[in-house]
This record gives sequence, C-alpha cells and structure tokens, in this order.
Amino acid sequence: MEIRPIFASLRKHRIPAILIVLEIALACAVLCNAVFMIGKRVADIQIPNAIDEKGLSVVVLNGTDPKLAASDTPRNLAALRSIAGVQSVGVASTLPLSRNNWGWSFGIKSDAAMTDKNTFGVSLYFLGTGADQALGLQLKQGRFFNADEYADSTLGGSALPSTHVVLVTESLARQLWPGKSALGQSIYSKPNYYTVVGVVADVVRPQASVHSTQRSYASTFYPLQPDSSLGYYILRSAPQDRARIVREAEQKLGEINPAAVAKGQTFDDIRDKYFADMSSMAWMLVLVCVVMLAVTAFGIVGLTSFWVAQRRRQIGIRRAVGATRGDILSYFRTENFLLTGMGVVLGMALAFGINVYLMQHYEMDRMPWYYLPGSAVALWLLGQLAVLGPALRAAAVPPVVATRSV
Amino acid sequence: MFGYYLDLAWHSLKRSPVLTALMVLAIGLGIGASMTMMTVLHVLTDDPMPGRSSQLFTPHLDPLPLNYKQGDDSPDAADNVTWPDAMALLKAHRAERQAAMAGGTLLVRPARADLRPFNVDGRFATADFFAMFGLTFEFGEAWSAVNDAARAHVVVLSDTLHRKLFGNGSGIGQDVRLGDHDFRVIGVSADWQPKPLFYADPGAQHYSDADQFFIPLSAAVDLKLSTNGNQSGWGKNNDSTSLTGATMTWLQFWVQLDSPAQVQAYRQFLVDYSAQQKALGRFERPSTDAKLYTLMDWLNHENLVPNDVRLQLWLALGFLFVCMVNIVALLLAKFLRRSSEISVRRALGARRRDIFLQLGIESALIGVAGGMLGIVIAQIGLWSVRHRPDDYAQLAQMDIPMLLGTLALAIVASVVAGLLPAWRACRVQPALQLKTS
Repeated sequence: MEIRPIFASLRKHRIPAILIVLEIALACAVLCNAVFMIGKRVADIQIPNAIDEKGLSVVVLNGTDPKLAASDTPRNLAALRSIAGVQSVGVASTLPLSRNNWGWSFGIKSDAAMTDKNTFGVSLYFLGTGADQALGLQLKQGRFFNADEYADSTLGGSALPSTHVVLVTESLARQLWPGKSALGQSIYSKPNYYTVVGVVADVVRPQASVHSTQRSYASTFYPLQPDSSLGYYILRSAPQDRARIVREAEQKLGEINPAAVAKGQTFDDIRDKYFADMSSMAWMLVLVCVVMLAVTAFGIVGLTSFWVAQRRRQIGIRRAVGATRGDILSYFRTENFLLTGMGVVLGMALAFGINVYLMQHYEMDRMPWYYLPGSAVALWLLGQLAVLGPALRAAAVPPVVATRSV
Repeated sequence: MFGYYLDLAWHSLKRSPVLTALMVLAIGLGIGASMTMMTVLHVLTDDPMPGRSSQLFTPHLDPLPLNYKQGDDSPDAADNVTWPDAMALLKAHRAERQAAMAGGTLLVRPARADLRPFNVDGRFATADFFAMFGLTFEFGEAWSAVNDAARAHVVVLSDTLHRKLFGNGSGIGQDVRLGDHDFRVIGVSADWQPKPLFYADPGAQHYSDADQFFIPLSAAVDLKLSTNGNQSGWGKNNDSTSLTGATMTWLQFWVQLDSPAQVQAYRQFLVDYSAQQKALGRFERPSTDAKLYTLMDWLNHENLVPNDVRLQLWLALGFLFVCMVNIVALLLAKFLRRSSEISVRRALGARRRDIFLQLGIESALIGVAGGMLGIVIAQIGLWSVRHRPDDYAQLAQMDIPMLLGTLALAIVASVVAGLLPAWRACRVQPALQLKTS
C-alpha cells in the first residue's frame, strides 16, 4: 500500500484529520488512567487474607454486662457450639475489615515508648480461647497460645493486656526483624512488652491501609481471658451452612442476652461492606470507559462517512482507472490506521502526564508501562472497527460515478 | 432574522436526523456525567449552617510534645482538644457562646416490651451547644450550666428517637435507659443533622451521621461512657488514657463570635493562653501555633470531600472534553456538506457574519437539546449515586441553580464547539463552490 497519496490527501483535510487525532489522543489518555484505576481498585478489593473467610459466620454482641463476662462468655460459646453444622467457635475483640480498629505503636528496643518516632503502628486482636482455630489462622512458625496464657491475660480497663506473648503476621515479622527469625523477639511499649511465640500467615488489619499492602498486614494477636471487650463471636462451618448458622446464632445469642444487641453476618458480608464504595467506584469507571469509547467510535464513523461522501467522485475515478474494491477498502483502513497511530502516540504522552499529575495530588501509584501499549492496541482496534462501515460504503461506489457530473 | 435562522437550523437538523441525534446524545452524555459529579461536589462543599456559619469558630491549640509521632493513617492529634484545655476555655468565657463536645454511641434499652435494645449515636456536650448551633425544641428545653456543674443525668432526645420510644405521647420528665444508666428526658429537639456534621470528630461519617440524643458532657465523663472518635494520647504512663488527663486529645470545641473585634480578641486570647501554658511547661510548641478557624475554613482543613469525588469530577470533565471534540468534528462535517447552500446565500448577498450567526444558532439549538438530555442523564446519574454505599449518597440532589447551570453549560459547550466549524464554513469560496456543483 502506498502511503504517500494518503498523506497528500490528509494535508488537504487538515482540520478533520487533526480532530480525529485529538479525539483518539484524549480517549487514549482517559482510558489508560481509568483502566489503571479500575485495576488498582480490583486488586485492593481482592486483598488476600489468611483466615478461612469462606467458612466464617460472625455475631457481634454489644451491651453485655462487663461484670458477668467471665460466666457469660463460656455460656454463649457453648450455646453456639450446639448449633448443627458448627465446627468450631471462638470469640475475639475485632475482625479483619470490620473497621473496628484498636491500634498501638511498638518499638523493638526495650526502652521504646508508644509516642517515640521509630515505633511501628500495628493493630491489636485480642483472642479468647479457641478463636485461633475458629478463624483458621495458619501457623507458619512457633506455636499458638496455651491454656495458661489465655487464663492469665487480663485487660482490667487498661489499653493493653497483661500477657507477655504475641503472635505476629509474616509481613510484620519481616518488617520488624528483617533477615532474622521473629520467634523469641519482643516488641515494647513501656511498661509493656510482648514476646513473639508464633508467626501466622498474613491477616489483614481491621482497617486496611490505602497506602500500601505491606502496612495492611501489620496485625498482632494476644490471648485474653473472657472479657467484655471480646464481642465478636466467630463460628466456623461448611460454606453452604453459613446462612442458616448466622440466623440461628443471632437468635440464640439474642435470647440468652436479652439486654444486649446481637447482629449476625457472614464474613463475606463484612468484606463486601468494607469494599462497597470502592467497587461502586470501579463500576462507575467501567461505565465511563465504555460510553467514552462508544462516543469516540461514533465520532470516527461520522467523520469518515462525511469524508467518503465528499470523495465519491475521486473514488469513482480511481475505480474507473483500475483500482479494485479491496484497494479502496484498504485505502480508508490505512488512513485510519495512520490517524489512530498519531493519536495514540499523543495520547500515551498525555496519559503519562495525567498519571504524574494524579500521583502528585491524589496518592496514585505510577502506572506500569504496559498500560500504554495496551490501550494503544485497544484504540487501534476500535478505529479499525469504526472505519469498516464507511470504508465498505466507499468500496461499493461504482466506477460509473466518475463519468457523471454530480 | 433570529426567528428565520432558528427555522433554518430546525430544517437543517431535521434533514440528517441520525447525525443530529448523535450530536445531541454526545453532548447530553458529556454534560450529564459532568453535572452529576459537579452536583455531588456542590452538595459536599455546601455551607452546613447557612446564615450562622460566619459566626461559628473552632479554636485550634497545639498541646502535642515536640517529638510527637503522628499516626500514618489517623488524623492530626491536635485537631481535637484535651479536657483541661476545653475546661479552661469554657471557664474563661471569652466568647459570646462556647461549648465542648464529643460524640458517643449508647445502647438504648426501651421500656416498651415490643422493642429490642438498639444503638443510637448522640453527643455529649455542654449547655451552650443548643443556643449556639440554633437547635429548635419541640417540647421542653435544653439543660443549663447548672446541670453541667451538677453532672445531671438528663437527656435531650431528637424528635425521631422520642417518637420511637414514646410514640405520640410525651416523654418529658420520664426516664430513658441509655447504656447502664437512667437519664431524665428534659427536652425534645427537632431532628438535627447539619450536612456535613461539621463539629464531629475527624473520623466520623460527616455526611450521614446524625445526633439522636444529647447528654451533659460532665455526666458522660463522670459515668465513663465510651466516646466515638479519635483519642490520641502521648502520656508515658498507663493512665494516659484517662479522659480528664492533660495528655490526650478527644474533645471538640466551638465558639460563637459576633463581630470582627470579638474574633480578633479571641485570637489574641488563644495565643495568650498558649503562651501561659508554655510558661507552665505544659505546651512545648510556639504559642503562635494557636489558631482560630471559621466554620468553612475548618471544613476545608478537614478535607471532608473524598478524593474519589474530585477524581470522578476530573474524569467526567475529561469525558465532556472528548464529547466536545467529537461534536466539533461532526458539526464540521455537517456544515461543510452544506458548502453549496452557503455559497448560494453568500452569492445572494449574505455577509460572512450572517452565515456565522446562522450556523452559531444551529449549534446553540443542538446545545439546548443536549442540555435537556443532559438534565435527564444527570438525574439518572444522581439517582445511581444515591444508591451507592458512600456516606454522602443520600445528599445527591440537584437544586434549581445547578439545573439552570446544566442547561447553560450545555449551550456554552455546544456554541464553543460550533465556533471552529462555523468559522471554517463561512470561509468557503462561493465562486468555486457554485462552479463545481
């Protein structure tokens, strides 16, 4: 295919050509960034979490009498255990993605205080007996808590438990003690200290960090004897039993604690609720992309149709002097290919610029390079698809048009 | 002439219905998406207390130690006030009205047997809260400074909560069980939900939270009722989490100042107070760090508008721009196709200006139609925003100025889009066109 005549003709139609290039460039720039944002959100929504999410039902019990916790908690657990299909039960102070966060800062030197500059912010999970198993925590090193450690640990109105043992996640262990085994190491916040007895697979904090996945796994676990701060009753079962178990558990806890509020849900509900606004934003971005691509395609169809109508005579002459239908078809397709190509190059530069701007103002990450060629290919395909109709109409122009005066 | 051009434009648009529909659709979509997001931003940045906001201020002291480490994901610890500072400002009584407050969630245990216990959000506050923010009372009245001092177990209920607990009867003088304590109902306020809830803690859901009950702050602290929001402490001991301690911020403080002179005086008072605290060794930072925010400045400082909303607005405007380029292209095609018609008019004596006007009116007509469609699409967009889970969702409503703004934006956008094609079209050479056709 000879390209030179195409350029010659484009020079004659400078404004429409520039418009198509501009349109493609803008679409490419917006598309790149929108798809990148969608990808980022989908990745956030699917953040891995090493507990048995698919088997968990949760009942949050609120408003119990703190003085009776020692006798009420075992009674509640026994009642839940008696529900058909329940494999294990436990109670904890909070759950991943529940937004109910209890945070603290620890140092790794023995004189560290909470407000020191070089401390680590972590989330605290207090676990009652059996909660490790009910959650399905995956032990990577060391051990879980033993019965004595559960029995000896109290909160007594202060912010930190009286125990001296802790479980940490793999990510946190790597951050605190890079290159070393975490077992036997301690974290400090004067006057409290906790020694790591076990390392578990990464569990997300109650409030995932928007800044980095690494920080989202800064979770620590402590044993605690029955206490009113343990309000999250966890039931583990086969996934298909959860709906019924949630219902029965909520009812049962409501009945035996008439003065309190019991609210049941599956862990899937907690996750969905946590990410609801993020996923609605992702869907909105998808919608904008689709509509924008449609508008761009229609624009190309409109302009090319006009172009074809304007050049009917020239097409007729070319056909009369020997050009085949295929030649005409490929003429318009090549022309579109060139215009889209120019648009895409401009668009990629624009997309990069927008990404840099968003990085400065909206805590956006740098866009990986493959998004640029990716959306370039998408727009090339779109352009070819859009030009097909008008090009076919152009190819159908009979040679006899050349002999008629318009 | 205008009527004639309008008639011409109408005929021309009717001649190519598909192209016209495409242009109207493009501008409608672009305008609809942009106006949806602009409306959301508009309601999010609206004044929560019209007529009153210019007299409301919040003092900002900085009691944090010099080496205080701010949390990575938590708000500035100095955004809230410590108990001793709040009490000192209250006692100084340098403003027209002043109140300290904090949010709390309590379990209501209804006396009615048919109601299960349920959680409600409310506020622990001092007496001036009601007069300062202008709450209206359906029954009864607010408590006074005397009740504050006595740590009285009294409560003001919102109309909604009152109805829920007492039906259509009056609950004044009766007891309500909140948490583990009884409170005597002394007043029922009309439902009260400024949007955003500007005086709430930085961690609150400012656009959806509402206060359903009000209890004297002194009583709440006395009974150790648990509060919502951030408690940021820097004490070295375990008792640093005590609510009345000097090393933990958790309260919000608001003052009413009626004249610029009062504002000036209060600013100076805050600096003096900080200097005095610094002399006593409590504050470590410069006393000039003490600030007084107006209500709107405070909302700005808190940056309540989610980044997502701004991002979506940029995206929508980008989309509108794509649509406009598209319309420029389509109008160009449309106008140039009529070169011969334009040439005839030019040959018969029409000036370039006339052609330009005629084509401009045609663009504006498309803009009007696109604007109408844009309003419909924006309503659909807002409807879908209202069904989203964000906490500002139910606010997404269009008011009259936004409605007119939509139409205006559509017309301006399409006329701007029509400029280049119209300019290009009125430059056709009549002689050449007439000869070739």
